[in-house]
Amino acid sequence: MTVLTPDIILIQALNGLASASSLFLVASGLSIIFGVTRVVNFAHGSFYMLGAYLGWSLTRHLASFGAFGFWGSVLGAALIVGGIGILVEMLVLRRLRRAPELYPLLATFGVVLIVQDAALAIWGPEDLLGPRAPGLTGFVSIFASRFPVYELFLIAVGPLLLGGLWLLFRRTRFGLLVRAATQDREMVAALGVDERRLFSNVFFLGAALAGLGGALQLPREAVNLNMDVSVVVEAFVVVVVGGLGSLVGAYVAAVLIGIIQAFGILFLPKVTLVLVFLVMGIVLAVRPFGLFGRSAASEGLRTVAQESVLRPLSTSSRILFALCVLLIGAMPLFAGGYAMGIVAELLILAVFAASLHFLMGLGGMASFGHAAFFGIGAYGAALALTALQWPIAACLLAAPLGAGLAGIFAGWLCVRLSGVYLAMLSLAVAQIAWATSFQWVEVTGGDNGILGVWPPPPFASRSGFLLLTLVLTAAALASLRIAAFSPFGYALRAARDAPRRAEASGIHVRATQWAAFAIAAAFAGVAGGLYALAKGSVFPTYLAISKSVDALIMVLLGGIGSLTGPIIGAFAFGGLEAELMASAPFWRAILGVVILALVIVAPSGITGVLGRQIGKRQKSAASA
Amino acid sequence: MSTKVLEVEGLRKRFHGVEAVRGVDLTVCAGEAVALIGPNGAGKTTCFNMIGGQLRPDAGRVRIKGEDVTGMSPRLLWQRGVGRTFQITAAFASMTVRENVQLALHAKAKRLNHVFGRMTANFGDEADAVLDRVGMRAEAQRPCAFLAYGDLKRIELAIALAAAPKLLLMDEPTAGMAPGERVQLMALAASLAKREGIAVLFTEHDMDVVFAHADRIIVLDRGSILAEGQPDKIKADPAVRAVYLGAGLAPTASA
Amino acid sequence: MTTLDRRGFLAGASMFASLGAPAILRAEDAIKIGEVNSYTAQPAFLKPYRQGWDLALEKVNAAGGVDGRKLETIFRDDGGKPEDAVRYAGDLIDAEKVDVLAGGFLSNIGLALADVANQRKRLYVASEPLTDALVWAKGNRYTFRLRPSTYMQAAMLVEEAAKLPARRWALVAPNYEYGQSANRWFKDLLKRAKPEVEFVAEQYPALGKMDVGATIQALEASKPEAIFNVTFGGDLTNFVRQGTTRGLFEGRSVVSMLTGEPEYVDPLGAEAPVGWIVTGYPYGDLDTPQHVAFRNAYKAKFAEMPKLGSVVGYETVNSIAAALAKAGSTDNEKLVSALEGLKLVTVFGPVEFRAIDHQSTMGAFVGKIALKDGLGVMSNWSYRDGAKYLPPDSEVRVLRPAG
Repeated sequence: MTVLTPDIILIQALNGLASASSLFLVASGLSIIFGVTRVVNFAHGSFYMLGAYLGWSLTRHLASFGAFGFWGSVLGAALIVGGIGILVEMLVLRRLRRAPELYPLLATFGVVLIVQDAALAIWGPEDLLGPRAPGLTGFVSIFASRFPVYELFLIAVGPLLLGGLWLLFRRTRFGLLVRAATQDREMVAALGVDERRLFSNVFFLGAALAGLGGALQLPREAVNLNMDVSVVVEAFVVVVVGGLGSLVGAYVAAVLIGIIQAFGILFLPKVTLVLVFLVMGIVLAVRPFGLFGRSAASEGLRTVAQESVLRPLSTSSRILFALCVLLIGAMPLFAGGYAMGIVAELLILAVFAASLHFLMGLGGMASFGHAAFFGIGAYGAALALTALQWPIAACLLAAPLGAGLAGIFAGWLCVRLSGVYLAMLSLAVAQIAWATSFQWVEVTGGDNGILGVWPPPPFASRSGFLLLTLVLTAAALASLRIAAFSPFGYALRAARDAPRRAEASGIHVRATQWAAFAIAAAFAGVAGGLYALAKGSVFPTYLAISKSVDALIMVLLGGIGSLTGPIIGAFAFGGLEAELMASAPFWRAILGVVILALVIVAPSGITGVLGRQIGKRQKSAASA
Repeated sequence: MSTKVLEVEGLRKRFHGVEAVRGVDLTVCAGEAVALIGPNGAGKTTCFNMIGGQLRPDAGRVRIKGEDVTGMSPRLLWQRGVGRTFQITAAFASMTVRENVQLALHAKAKRLNHVFGRMTANFGDEADAVLDRVGMRAEAQRPCAFLAYGDLKRIELAIALAAAPKLLLMDEPTAGMAPGERVQLMALAASLAKREGIAVLFTEHDMDVVFAHADRIIVLDRGSILAEGQPDKIKADPAVRAVYLGAGLAPTASA
Repeated sequence: MTTLDRRGFLAGASMFASLGAPAILRAEDAIKIGEVNSYTAQPAFLKPYRQGWDLALEKVNAAGGVDGRKLETIFRDDGGKPEDAVRYAGDLIDAEKVDVLAGGFLSNIGLALADVANQRKRLYVASEPLTDALVWAKGNRYTFRLRPSTYMQAAMLVEEAAKLPARRWALVAPNYEYGQSANRWFKDLLKRAKPEVEFVAEQYPALGKMDVGATIQALEASKPEAIFNVTFGGDLTNFVRQGTTRGLFEGRSVVSMLTGEPEYVDPLGAEAPVGWIVTGYPYGDLDTPQHVAFRNAYKAKFAEMPKLGSVVGYETVNSIAAALAKAGSTDNEKLVSALEGLKLVTVFGPVEFRAIDHQSTMGAFVGKIALKDGLGVMSNWSYRDGAKYLPPDSEVRVLRPAG
């Protein structure tokens, strides 16, 4: 066991502060962009990565200019990335100004995919090691230890940047507008400000800060293709822990996380996987609006456009659904094994997406961690089958039970919050569940997973499993639909539409949302249990952030205003991804472009567009 | 004026050291419409929110039909017969007009936890009856998101009425409405109160509405009651006139 | 028709009829290998791997294929997710009707593919996944592995580590199965070889997210005499750069897994950690006739030096081709029998796929990092034949329940 001596304490504190500064550079831009535009910018990590790559390229071209070349490159990279930020804002996000906040999020995710492949194509797959910073290459001796000068420089950058931003926001008209917009969006409109220019400027500033953060990593970290995703999640954690819209909060949170991380690994080296999420979970459980946040900023993750009225299925739609079920049921008569396998998989994804839609679409609670329940269901079924040797029916029951119980616990934590805070807390819960599945090797097998989770006969064959899946998923989807039109479903929507009104009309808003959380979790568990059997194995990736994001994309792509949306979204996204991955080397970029195109053309999702088309046809038929 | 529905005693609230409400007493009886007026910052909304359960008072008592309900949540107050409308109107936008009222009726019948069965299959006739009372029957099938503001106010009233309240709290019921509509809506509320013996407490900026429909008026100034009485008496009260004149005639500006 | 089989489903209901297209329509007579790998998630290793694969395929087919039939590969990208790897394995078996499965980079994907292979009774030749479980704890009849496992590489390094005077060891490894089992074997085997050693610190940074400064300080604080490193890729690069500045490696021996592989040492350029004892691949200096021929052919085709991935891809194809030739059939049961005990000469030397646990005896090179023309290379290296770094058969039988 390590003994804490004064020199270790000091050096670890300095290490923590250096990481904190790096994190704050990214988080500050993210916070400013969210504050003004309410865009949850997933692409912020991509800006950071581009800053690092561009900085690397510039330093190579300007190597002959010495120190001027290096610092010029860092600044140049930041400015170029700022320009890219403006482009993203103008070409994509500007068109989504009036869509619910989750659609810009989806669009920025499309940008992430495109940037990933673009970086791979431009800079190649290998890690790139940048130059050291001229004049800051050495170290200083602190007690018996050496501490790099560049890290000291970084430690100073954090507070300097904070001070600079403070001046910018207090002393300039632009800063005044940013603060006003952060506190009250309508006020800015009332002041007669050109919102477009303000948003573009804010995106420039935010993206440039991320680019600066990336370029400043050159002397300490190799530039690589995974920088984007790893940093954006942590930056979000910092912003939320600090309190949305508070730059001071973001800096304090970055320091808190940096320091806890630096000391945490002295005593619990394996805690590295979840530490930041544990911190976030605890902070949000104690302070629902973060360290420096005010409740006012928590609004700003509208999931649904107000005017989306749910209607029961028309007779023709019912017939269409029945035909689909019949067609899939008849697949064993004419289809190949792969086709049956993938249709079974898409049906399962449809239930997963529909369960998130229940929470997000009807309940108005956006979850970034829904995969936790999917994964817990999968592990539940897998353990019941392999370790406990239960019969298949019991295994398929264990899945929703396990997930539902987890949902009761997670819901109890989450429904006290709303908006982005709720979304991030659900992410924290999911990450902790993920880390548990990853590290509880005796039970879960760790990252090697649980193997041999194959269904017994008669479900072992592709056709047998397809029919089992069809029956269960159709029942699950029908149940969710029935629940949506039940008094409970209406109460849930009422709690979303107007919580104060609902509470004053006898609806227990929290209890209703809590129950919805558990129901959604249980249905995600149904999907997870089936998925385990479809794949024959279970891994921690089933609970990973990327799975939660998949679910989010499926729901939004299909259209959140309709109960059919998630089903169509699952088939469209799942099918498209499977098809692209199988055939196209740059499938991520293509997928990103498709997502962007869909979001821009159809900001209400596929069903939204279909609905409009049908509406038009009916209208013209009526007038004819 | 017989049965007292709402009794408020010594209500106080302080924000960051500033005393917003300092000792307010009032009562509202069944079938009576009482207006709470005063310049901005007088403490009307704070008072209202303490009575409606959105704020917890620092001191004082709120009683409904004799039961102490101080600090109870809006939902518990609803169970005890308190209905309310909000200054910023909000109906359940993703539902039709009838569904809004049907949902309120389900809440009244304690059937919100039913996960099976279609909500729209029950209380349809009862909902139409409530809609009749507020003159919105013809709009029953329309989605609330597309209603005119005045109609939305009526829906809010219908939602509150569906629970057969004993006390109706209306915060700025006519704010944002055209002048003609204002009088109409308040006339509707006042007549319902009379006919059905509901106690109504409302805040209002439009003095025409207040003087036309209030049975009694309570004037708040800087957190305390400045005057109370029949409309004619309030109109003539020099202290009230001073407050409103001092604030620049229109009771909307200032403080 | 086979592509229609898959696309048809997307094209909508009208195309459903094509899904059941009979296999008779397939005109080609090639032997099909289905290859699943994490191409987009792990491009640094898999780009050279794919090039090595293509080179071998070209060579085999130029020589007339196997038994007069050409070899053909259908590649799939799993994006680093085991569930997608499983889907494509199904796709390859059902729709593409491949004869053999191969590929896998990450250990969990290797295990998932091995499980599918076992379920569908299809031969799977794992190329890269290092986890011991693949052939031992979760080994099965249909799964074979080419590369030396975590155990073997740890054993090779322990041999060198035991010769060092150091007694106090600190360990650093990425926080997942590979890192943990590398540390476990290293500790276990070193303790056996040299009972007086003690392990004073273990650090497990999250893969790809190493908090470098704090980790280095935590290692430093334990005052070790030597360090065993398992990190690789970006984590390694950062660890080396900051560790050098902070003096972590001064006066200390470092023993390091995989660091001599060009995939991981090249990005470090002139900052490569001179003196580290590593496993790797001395592509520039290995002058056996087989390797020279391979290197020349590779350079001619791709205008760059081969990396370790290139060798792995190249020899995976050769192994499969040799097994097909020996079996004289694509019948998977016969192929399994052919691979058990199959001997072939690789660019690293003679290799045998052991019948006892389906692990090949391909070895690795152990040497010290040196600088040459501003690039890290291996010096004083020697080839360690994998056969010598596996436990005795009696132990293997215990480790491998599948038999």
